[in-house]
Amino acid sequence: MSTLAIDKRTLRQDTWWLEPMLVVLGLGAFAVYSTWAALQNGNYYAAPYLSPFYSPCLAINCEHVSVPLFGSWYNWSPAILILWIPGGFRLTCYYYRKAYYRSFFWSPPACAVRDAASGYSGETRFPFILQNIHRYFFWASLPILAFLWWDAIIAFNFGGSFGIGLGTLVLIANAALLSLYSFSCHSCRHLCGGGLNSFKTAPGRYKAWGIITKLNEKHMQIAWTSLVWVGLTDVYVRLLAHGVIQDLRFI
Amino acid sequence: MAEAAVAGNGAEAKMRVWRGDASGGEFRDYTVPLQEGMVVLDVIHAIQAMHAGDLAVRWNCKAGKCGSCSAEVNGKPRLMCMTRMNTFEPGETITVAPIKTFPLIRDLVTDVSYNYEKAKTIPPFKPKPKEADGTRRMYQEDIDRVQEFHKCIECYLCQDVCHVIRDHDDNKPSFAGPRFFVRVASLEMHPLDTDDRLEFLRNEAGLGFCNITKCCTEVCPEHIKITDNSIIPMKERVVTRFYDPIARLLGALGGKKS
Amino acid sequence: MAGESYETHDYDVVVVGAGGAGLRAGIEAHDKGCKTAIICKSLLGKAHTVMAEGGIAAAMGNVWPEDNWKVHFRDTMRGGKLLNNWRMAQIHAQQAPDRVLELEEWGALFDRTDEGLILQRDFGGHRYARLAHVGDRTGLEMIRTLQQRAVALGIDVFMECNIQHLLMNDGRVTGAIGYWRESGELIVFNCKAVVLATGGSGKCWQVTSNSWEYSGDGMGMAMEVGADLIDMEKVQFHPTGMVWPPSVRGILVTEGVRGDGGTLLNSEGERFMFNYISDFFKAETADNETEADAWYQDKKNNRRTPDLLPRDEVARAINAEVKAGRGTEHGGVYLDIANRRDAEYIMRRLPSMYHQFKELADVDITKEAMEVGPTCHYIMGGVRVDADTSATTVEGLYAAGEVAGGLHGANRLGGNSLSDLLVFGRIAGGSAADYALGAAAAAAPDAAEVDRLTTLMLEPFTDRGEENPYAIHMDLQRTMHNLVGIIRTESEMLKAMEEIAVYKERAARVKVEGGRRFNPGWHLALDLRCLLGVAEAATLSALECKESRGGHTRDDYPDPDSKYGSVNVVTRKQNGTISVSLEPLPEMPEELRKIVEEQV
Repeated sequence: MSTLAIDKRTLRQDTWWLEPMLVVLGLGAFAVYSTWAALQNGNYYAAPYLSPFYSPCLAINCEHVSVPLFGSWYNWSPAILILWIPGGFRLTCYYYRKAYYRSFFWSPPACAVRDAASGYSGETRFPFILQNIHRYFFWASLPILAFLWWDAIIAFNFGGSFGIGLGTLVLIANAALLSLYSFSCHSCRHLCGGGLNSFKTAPGRYKAWGIITKLNEKHMQIAWTSLVWVGLTDVYVRLLAHGVIQDLRFI
Repeated sequence: MAEAAVAGNGAEAKMRVWRGDASGGEFRDYTVPLQEGMVVLDVIHAIQAMHAGDLAVRWNCKAGKCGSCSAEVNGKPRLMCMTRMNTFEPGETITVAPIKTFPLIRDLVTDVSYNYEKAKTIPPFKPKPKEADGTRRMYQEDIDRVQEFHKCIECYLCQDVCHVIRDHDDNKPSFAGPRFFVRVASLEMHPLDTDDRLEFLRNEAGLGFCNITKCCTEVCPEHIKITDNSIIPMKERVVTRFYDPIARLLGALGGKKS
Repeated sequence: MAGESYETHDYDVVVVGAGGAGLRAGIEAHDKGCKTAIICKSLLGKAHTVMAEGGIAAAMGNVWPEDNWKVHFRDTMRGGKLLNNWRMAQIHAQQAPDRVLELEEWGALFDRTDEGLILQRDFGGHRYARLAHVGDRTGLEMIRTLQQRAVALGIDVFMECNIQHLLMNDGRVTGAIGYWRESGELIVFNCKAVVLATGGSGKCWQVTSNSWEYSGDGMGMAMEVGADLIDMEKVQFHPTGMVWPPSVRGILVTEGVRGDGGTLLNSEGERFMFNYISDFFKAETADNETEADAWYQDKKNNRRTPDLLPRDEVARAINAEVKAGRGTEHGGVYLDIANRRDAEYIMRRLPSMYHQFKELADVDITKEAMEVGPTCHYIMGGVRVDADTSATTVEGLYAAGEVAGGLHGANRLGGNSLSDLLVFGRIAGGSAADYALGAAAAAAPDAAEVDRLTTLMLEPFTDRGEENPYAIHMDLQRTMHNLVGIIRTESEMLKAMEEIAVYKERAARVKVEGGRRFNPGWHLALDLRCLLGVAEAATLSALECKESRGGHTRDDYPDPDSKYGSVNVVTRKQNGTISVSLEPLPEMPEELRKIVEEQV
């Protein structure tokens, strides 16, 4: 016996294509901008603000050195040294996987709409089986978060005196949003307590799991907000560095 | 009385219903009087009583509790008994098709035996011994998670919408589907269970085929967060077991089994 | 016409029905070493048991240590107006806790007390909080647990297979015949014993909480092979069914709403149940709102709220309020929990009620009152069985669950149904297995009889008339609703008998369009036989029983009559006609009588 045979891709009559289209535009725009910005190798520091695309800055040649791990021989963009971590974290994130499998791979483009490809093996084979290393990216993103918070703290330091500029607030919000994104992640939820079969015997981890579960319900919203914000943060610092705009100083 | 409550304004429901079996068929148009509060299943029943006595449809409780009347309404997998007619535009023609993933028997009825065969493959509940006082003690915080999974009414809409088998028939032998990932999760997280189904999940059940595109969660009439609460946690447990050497090492050092 | 083809299967025990009772019976028969088949009309796990919301009554004493089987027994007998089979009520109360704990052994997850034990909730007619439950979807938990157990044991299940007739040989039941819904092909089972677990016959009535499956199959088939039915006039109208919109009229609103603090109000905002406390329950029921509200927290020093009187009392009270002009816009009364409990509590305790009203009626029960009215819910009567073995009066035939009569007397308490399924499902399965293991192999079915039955089943496809099966069914439902409903009177019931006779005659001229493959019109045409048979038996019993008690209320005989206080109304079919007689109930032993009559 065969299933219902209908020529159409779907019987849906609503605008099911809208969501995948918006995701393609959103993620596409970010990918293009971030690649361009990462390859600029300049204008990523406007004292006291360091663009998150270049933080931590690990080369001697950096405009603002966080940790001088790479000597003067390193002349490429220092963004390349670290961007693979947040990039890989997001690429293997359970939310982004859904987003790009749907909108870029059309696998499926929307619910009850036929897949584009005729064959399918999901995440059982290379390369997609590599999605399983998501938690390693989670661990790796934690030191980066620490640097971003450090960047936000030193953004109060205007040549030795305390101050608050719009950039300070932008960097704080950036660190906060990226922290929310990391800690609301499904792997973090599992590592905190999801892997337990009994919560009664581990009240601390149960509590942590409960908080992360609440955050995790908003993982998609946090993913987009933090993505847009980190891009805008780079834009802001870059415009300051170019001298196109002036930082707004509150104190 | 119910029969006296026909809407006085002569409102009508225009339906386009699949008629036919695997050898062929067509969408056929029907028009029946519309009453207040009607759901799609009521309209299908009206078509049966007035125009097509042999229109095949599965249903039981008509209250969203048994999960029998799954179909695709305007292309979306839904329970017909929980789809109210007033959610559509007045005068709109509503298309009702059988669920697509399973072999068509006739009209709106499909052969869902795939699911019953998969159910047989799940390693059953294996409880640990009772407490010393002869009781079974479990705490609400330990079973909240699992009770969400026990809400499943086995309507198989998640199985129907899952593209792994909906669009790729050849995956059926090696993929259990969201319903059974929920079931395995309910056993794995059961505070009394002692069996281990991670190897089963990875191999026979084909958990890796799932690319977490979340359509199962979108269509679940019980609002079970299938992907976030059962599939992804199971994927994470599989990662710990099979893809995370550091976790294994730490586990070995800590003397724990998993 | 002879030689219609059919497939044949051989088993020791065949269980018809896969709700709670059927699954439990099948598991027991299998565990005793019998080759067992479970046969169900729908897909596995869709039986009406999934609709049960409130819980399983079992005196485990987890919440109230004072509770024990004797209190449960007393509640059941008093709720049933002492018309119960006392031995069934005793076995039921004694064994229910073990049956609940057994479900837990098989993976069920009931809501918990702080100590980690099974939490129990209040329900109408139960002295203590006694219902093991899972939110308001206990039936789903129960059927899923049993279903998965049956699957794990590898019991053969025949899904969407509709048994139509029992086969007899040498005065004993030796098989059954029916059809596959999917293909329309015929199927014969040869076996040594049959367990009927087919549920009730609520689909005879128009406003009902029952699904299409409740067409009285087991009662009809048992009657046809000469088994006794008892108390068929005792029909439970659940007080709270949805009344609006029309298409959902009758869908159940769990008693748990009242158990968790909800109260009934008339259109004047009055808690009218205080005006309907009968003398029988006066001593144990609160007569003022303060005491009624305090009872939820402190059961020792307060008497229970009249909102939780047994279902028959509440249903009649609602009926009277509506008749007196104090009903709601759509002919019900209000059931309010929004003003009595906070939204979080309601969502946690009654999630599926919340969704049911939100999605079907656009009502948010955490903000507004529900409109409710009586709906046909349960048949207390049914096939007469032996209390200790669940054997019917025909050899080789057993019955358990709603299809069997006796346990609930004149009125069933909420929560006693799920426990009934488990306790007597197990007993019926066990006795059938014992019988089958000791019985000689069944003789092959009589070919002529099988031919007669196959011809009968395929008759609707022959050219006999133009009657529409759906129209006959709707007419029958209207007749039973209007003439044999909550309040009955002789002249109306005589009229009902005339109409049923007309429907029988029309049913013989049914025309079915289409072929045999999954054809609901044909299926309904065949179901009409049992629906009409049960409707007739219920109406005849109701005519014979000239009193009012529990689930049988006569306008022309509004009071209980001691003449009917210690008898069963027995219906049996002989030579094609149904006879009715009054036969004495089994005598209750003195020590149990004391328990029942004890004032508390």
